Amino acid sequence: MLFFMETVISGLLAGIMYSLVALGFVLIFKASGVFNFSQGVMALFAALTLVGLLSGTVPFTHVDNPSFAIPAWAAIPLTIIVMIIVAILIERFILRHLVNQEHIILFMAMVGLSYVFEGAGDIIWGSDVKVIDLGLPHGAWDWLLDTHGLYIEKIELVAAAAAVVLVVVLAAFFQKTRIGRALRAVADDHQAALSVGISLRYIWIIVWSVAGIVALVTGVVWGAKSGIQFSLSLIALKALPVLILGGFESIPGAIVGGLIIGVGEKLAEVFGGEVIVAIFGRWFEIDPGIFTATENWFAYVLALIFLLFRPQGLFGEKIIERV
Amino acid sequence: MNMMTQTSITDDGRTIGGVQMKVDNISLRFGGVTAIRNASFDIRHGEIRAIIGPNGAGKTSMLNVINGFYHPQDGTITFKGEKRRDMRPHIAATQGIARTFQNVALFKGMTTLDNIMSGRALKMKRNILWQMLYVGPARQEELENRKFVETIIDFLEIPHIRRTPVGKLPYGLQKRVELGRALAMEPELLLLDEPMAGMNVEEKEDMSRFIIDINEEFGTTIALIEHDMGVVMDLSDRVVVLDHGDLIADGTPDEVQKNQDVIDAYLGVAHD
Amino acid sequence: MLYRESGQFKTSYDADQAVFPILQDRLCIIAILAFAFLAVPFFINDYWANAVLIPFLVYSLAALGLNILTGYCGQLSLGTGGFLAVGGYSSFKLMTSFPELDMILVLGGAGVTTALVGLLFGLPSLRIKGFYLAVATLAAQFFLIWLFYKVPWFYNYNATGQINVFPREALGFLVTTQKADPVVRYLFTLSIVVVFALAAKNMVRGRFGRMWMAIRDMDIAAELIGIRPFLMKLTAFTVSSFYIGVAGALIFSVWLGAAESGETYGINESFLVLFMIIVGGLGSILGSFLGAGFIVLMPIGLKNLLVDWFGMSAVFAKHLEITTFGVLIIFFLIVEPHGLARLWQIIKEKLRLWPFPH
Repeated sequence: MLFFMETVISGLLAGIMYSLVALGFVLIFKASGVFNFSQGVMALFAALTLVGLLSGTVPFTHVDNPSFAIPAWAAIPLTIIVMIIVAILIERFILRHLVNQEHIILFMAMVGLSYVFEGAGDIIWGSDVKVIDLGLPHGAWDWLLDTHGLYIEKIELVAAAAAVVLVVVLAAFFQKTRIGRALRAVADDHQAALSVGISLRYIWIIVWSVAGIVALVTGVVWGAKSGIQFSLSLIALKALPVLILGGFESIPGAIVGGLIIGVGEKLAEVFGGEVIVAIFGRWFEIDPGIFTATENWFAYVLALIFLLFRPQGLFGEKIIERV
Repeated sequence: MNMMTQTSITDDGRTIGGVQMKVDNISLRFGGVTAIRNASFDIRHGEIRAIIGPNGAGKTSMLNVINGFYHPQDGTITFKGEKRRDMRPHIAATQGIARTFQNVALFKGMTTLDNIMSGRALKMKRNILWQMLYVGPARQEELENRKFVETIIDFLEIPHIRRTPVGKLPYGLQKRVELGRALAMEPELLLLDEPMAGMNVEEKEDMSRFIIDINEEFGTTIALIEHDMGVVMDLSDRVVVLDHGDLIADGTPDEVQKNQDVIDAYLGVAHD
Repeated sequence: MLYRESGQFKTSYDADQAVFPILQDRLCIIAILAFAFLAVPFFINDYWANAVLIPFLVYSLAALGLNILTGYCGQLSLGTGGFLAVGGYSSFKLMTSFPELDMILVLGGAGVTTALVGLLFGLPSLRIKGFYLAVATLAAQFFLIWLFYKVPWFYNYNATGQINVFPREALGFLVTTQKADPVVRYLFTLSIVVVFALAAKNMVRGRFGRMWMAIRDMDIAAELIGIRPFLMKLTAFTVSSFYIGVAGALIFSVWLGAAESGETYGINESFLVLFMIIVGGLGSILGSFLGAGFIVLMPIGLKNLLVDWFGMSAVFAKHLEITTFGVLIIFFLIVEPHGLARLWQIIKEKLRLWPFPH
């Protein structure tokens, strides 16, 4: 039972991370109808930039010069500024020219953008695995281990806390500020928003900047766990099942969807083999070890099965089709 | 005109047969909103039946129910003697119900010819292997149907836009192509949803002429929604009036025109 | 004045329904085919066959398949890599289980197997649409790759987990392994691709093509004229997977000679083929070829340019190549979102009037 609890909790904690990535997608999709496939590589790029600044890497040379190293309190805002510049560039050079294009064209442009980020990150900062040290704690959380015998990594708790804070801040931003209201107006109806004088370009730069900041947080907490390297960008693929589960346009959907996927995935990984053997073992000789490394596809199948029963997703409303 | 007789002859010499379609006590709701409340009427073979009413009266919903796109909560529809509550739209199509739409629903990426040819989908049977080879029966079938479609293109006077992608056509011509696609199905009952909306006088005259010709030459029964009262009075044999989902009148154009409820609905009297 | 259809009167619907109704188009195609079949074999060598021509042909075939599903039927798929893998692995199993089987039958078998798998993964399209379906096809991608990596039966319990091709013949000619003459391998691939392209052209201009496009353009209206969307989506998934399966089998057996699920048929392949049909032109047979040509040749060209001309280090060039690839894709989408095929069409329109301005 203890082991089960541990699995569920670590699933929930991983799920929060998925929610975080999914959140980046949802923000952009809501405001611009763009399915930003490059969110994962953006997280990688943001984390690389931060590490580069912290360790004083000279861009394009891949050489560290400790005298250029910038302390964290300055490096973080600097990275945020870089992400905002990136947002402005994306609006200026891509989005502006693709207004009113079909979804698939925008999507492919984002896949193209992810190649650009990948190449640019490698060229500017180098492609070796980097370690990020923001003084985040490592190791097990002693109190839980002592009192309940549960083994939970501190870093996961910190990551979860960061995600929660970010979600709360974003929710407040959307609900309470003037910009937030404009964003929601654009999300509801582009044309109508334009007609009451909301500048679409301005809005886009803001969402992409916010998504950039979300990417930075994602990149840092994931990077702290497993190093900053190309595989970090694959978390984008992790977020996709979360999106179809929660809906492309729903922030609560992204959060709850992430938790469900996180827990489901961990349970399948730990207990999946046993379950398969218990069911089919009577007829076939099955190696319980076969059901490992399923994390690449299990979430998708889970989301898919869910969708077959509820095509509109977790929080979506049923659409009445008109002709 | 006596409604009870099986067949009757109109003033202009067309024959109107017995009941082809009967709508009984249809009710349709979306969540808490009632689109149609307890509506009953019939459509007879070979007649032109108009459905009128103010905006939001439930006219389009009625057509959607008839061809199976919406599923009513109550009531039945009897078509060609077969009684049902709801069905899949493609089954309605196989039974001979064709349809045009309020906002043109053409296949934008295809040419006029391909759009009308697609109306022949149900008449073509050759499987995909024959299609890949495009020899023998598949070729034969394609050519026969092409021939039929060309007669429709001639009838609607649109041979010059045969190869034009419909997305590029002006609205009036799009409506005509859409009518062509419906005709290609050789329907027994043709549902037209505001066939003349957004047209100028000349285009309206053309469209009216086509509707009358279709009815007279092919004997197709037509049910149409239209806002232009002049057109409705000229074209239709009988008129159904809907208002806020209720059927408030049913009769010849003259009868309906004099009906006090109809006048109220159009001029706007406070509802009690 | 050269490209003109005036004066070419059609006297029967049969003539008007021909594959290439315009004389100049017909001549052009004949010239290209004659060049490909008769001239190319004289100067082909191993490098040209393996690095340029055969990849171009097999990717054209895969692009044709995906174009049927995405370009014509409007169902976005990101599972192409997975379906290519099904083709590759099933051809391997057929080859090893029936060593006497002619390669043509092996390819056919691989195609049918992939078609069935495609049909299975097309089932969710009954209920889900658009991006939701696209993400669902990713499930196919990851699951299939995992399956071929995890279940040793698929690679005959090979210690390396890799599959390797055996010498096999088609109509008496050796077409697989490096022992085969590059001319034969090229001609074999070319013949298959030409036949499939013609079949695809026939499908898309006929009844099925119209029904697929009807679903793509407006599925509700299509259903109301008697087309059954679910059935048509499934046929599109099946036919498309058949094409992709044959392409996957060719990648393994004729082109590379060896394959490993995640390496050869990874998610990257899905995106590459999707790029091909978008750059080439959605809903265009010609576009599938143009797109495949562009995507296959661009990296080769870039690499030659950066490494050989500018003398960059291979690693740096690789990174720059990735970036440039991304930039070019975006540039392309902005300049001509309808792809190279549309560009070609515009040129033809202009040619019709040339040298007059209107």
